[in-house]
Amino acid sequence: MSILVGNDTKLLVQGLGRDGSFQTSRMLDYGTNIVAAVHPRRQGLYFEEKVPYFSSVTEAVDRTGANTGIIFVPAPFAMDAIIEQIDAGIDLIICITEGIPIHDMIKVKAYLKGTDSKLIGPNCPGIITPKSRTKIGIIPGNIVRPGNIGVVSRSGTLTYEAIAQLVKNGYGQSTCIGIGGDPIHGISFTDTLKLFEQDEETKAIVLIGEIGGSKEQEAAAFIKSNVSKPVVAAIAGQTAPPGKRMGHAGAIVTGKLGLASEKNKALENAGAHLVESPAYIGEKIKQILS
Amino acid sequence: MNLHEYQAKKLLADYGVPIPKGKVTSSPEEAEIIKKEISGKAIIKAQIHSGGRGKSGGVKLISSSEDAYDSAKTILGSNLITYQTGPKGLPVNNVLVEEATNIDKEIYLSVFIDNDLGVPIVITSTQGGVEIEEIAKNSPEKIFKTICSPLVGLSPYKLRDISMSLSIPPSEISHMEKIMGSIYKLFIEKDCTLIEINPLVITSDNKIVAVDAKINIDDDALFRHPDLQELNDPTQQEVLEKRASDFDLSYVKLEGGKIGCMVNGAGLAMATMDITKWAGENPANFLDIGGSASEKKIKEAFKIIDDDPDVEIILVNLFAGIARADVVANGIVKAGKETQSTTPIVVTMRGTNSEQGLSILKNSELDITSVEDLASAAKILKNKLSNTE
Repeated sequence: MSILVGNDTKLLVQGLGRDGSFQTSRMLDYGTNIVAAVHPRRQGLYFEEKVPYFSSVTEAVDRTGANTGIIFVPAPFAMDAIIEQIDAGIDLIICITEGIPIHDMIKVKAYLKGTDSKLIGPNCPGIITPKSRTKIGIIPGNIVRPGNIGVVSRSGTLTYEAIAQLVKNGYGQSTCIGIGGDPIHGISFTDTLKLFEQDEETKAIVLIGEIGGSKEQEAAAFIKSNVSKPVVAAIAGQTAPPGKRMGHAGAIVTGKLGLASEKNKALENAGAHLVESPAYIGEKIKQILS
Repeated sequence: MNLHEYQAKKLLADYGVPIPKGKVTSSPEEAEIIKKEISGKAIIKAQIHSGGRGKSGGVKLISSSEDAYDSAKTILGSNLITYQTGPKGLPVNNVLVEEATNIDKEIYLSVFIDNDLGVPIVITSTQGGVEIEEIAKNSPEKIFKTICSPLVGLSPYKLRDISMSLSIPPSEISHMEKIMGSIYKLFIEKDCTLIEINPLVITSDNKIVAVDAKINIDDDALFRHPDLQELNDPTQQEVLEKRASDFDLSYVKLEGGKIGCMVNGAGLAMATMDITKWAGENPANFLDIGGSASEKKIKEAFKIIDDDPDVEIILVNLFAGIARADVVANGIVKAGKETQSTTPIVVTMRGTNSEQGLSILKNSELDITSVEDLASAAKILKNKLSNTE
């Protein structure tokens, strides 16, 4: 089994502009079960002659049973798209969009509470499960392999780096998930760790954090008391000075807890295996599992 | 985006928050005129994007218009160095001249978003006038924290609670509630990430005045505030960072490093910086070229790194997903040709069109060492560094 997505996934796509269309083609190529596309003015048409367009998310859900939604909608309109998917009862919403105003995201977070929807992202590469060939997002399909390592990360390309290292060392992945680089995001490290711990297919977990916030410490506390599987952890930004934002809106050290050294310490105390350099994630897994 | 104090105060005044009478100017002559319109003592304050101005000579008490002229002349055009600016300091192009306030009581107030809770928080304290870190350390019990709801806002009962906690004259409580409500409204309506008023003063004649103000605006929300976009002051940015922001590149200059880093993706960029440390050096910069950067953007990115006098080796790390390695390679080669760059470049290129990208780089005049992954890049870097020593 994989986590969050798999053979039961029926995906709906919202935001089919240039980038969204390109990525949707890649998801179809990979084998993802895409059942609906949403565009207010394309009702009755088909995306690449395969996927029917609907003018609203609710209609798409009613007609196709879509249970998962991906959002490529531009930042100014992304909040509305997320709310629309929540209202339509989508179980899992993956928002790729970068640069959503933080005031919009705190409203989304508050709106999510009390609903059954889960959110991945925003500002994330999405999720991929190689065995079920389900790719929701932008993680390149050709770099992953089926296997038993669960990968969770705040970053995009650093996740690809970690996956490449795993593959080079002979390890495939059960599920890879990017939870996003924004300070306010949906599914957390802790939520993901819980799912990986329960997932039979996952034998070990790679956790890639970065400077800023205290979500890695929260994850460390959870690992200590609830995770029996080995966790390899890497924190990016050891060399980043405090007070400077390193690209990601969330990657800024504003207090002691945001420091890479503090996160390392918390994870190490929790029993996670820390890599001394982000170049050795794959080797570390090999060392532990062989 | 950071605002200057005078810009922050103008916004506060627009929302009905009382501020001291005064004006901003870039000339000593005008400073003198402004002082003449103020009866009694005045304050002259350097306008830079940094705290700690008072301790570094950027704030002066003046009692005459001649004083105003002299102080403005000294401060204007200088580079003010504070504990926040770094050794180069920041240029003072404007000073704010305003009436001195008769202080009876100083209150601390800030509104910001708590990233862990995902809600706005209002912090108040009766210990205004000193930095919040100091209050937190010395008298944490004097910090009053109010959690707000993104959907409901700052409820009237919470406004009441805050005002009551400040031990201000009973006659001023309803006025304080109104001012707090206005500040919160400004925070929400202008997409602020921080409003800090320290101190918010109760004057000796029982008036409430915002004597200092700091406001940061969410860059990601500027698209809906064309009026605020105009408040951006590029003179407060580091020169290379300014060039990068003109090309919409995410770049941060780092002090004390020799390895220029050019990477796609923020997380990978940070990891690449960390690799330089592991190889025994420090990164000279953070740079994320983004997902779908054009050749023009790549060219500028390479020039910015290469123009940095601290940079001795450039490390390019590309894991092309959306980005295309051939486009990046062409950008680097063209930039290198134009500037006749001789800086050694260590490259790892993977993902979309990486073979084409690598062959473009290898067939150029540039000093290229290509390696297959990050671990090998670190080793090569280590070798190169030990050879130059």
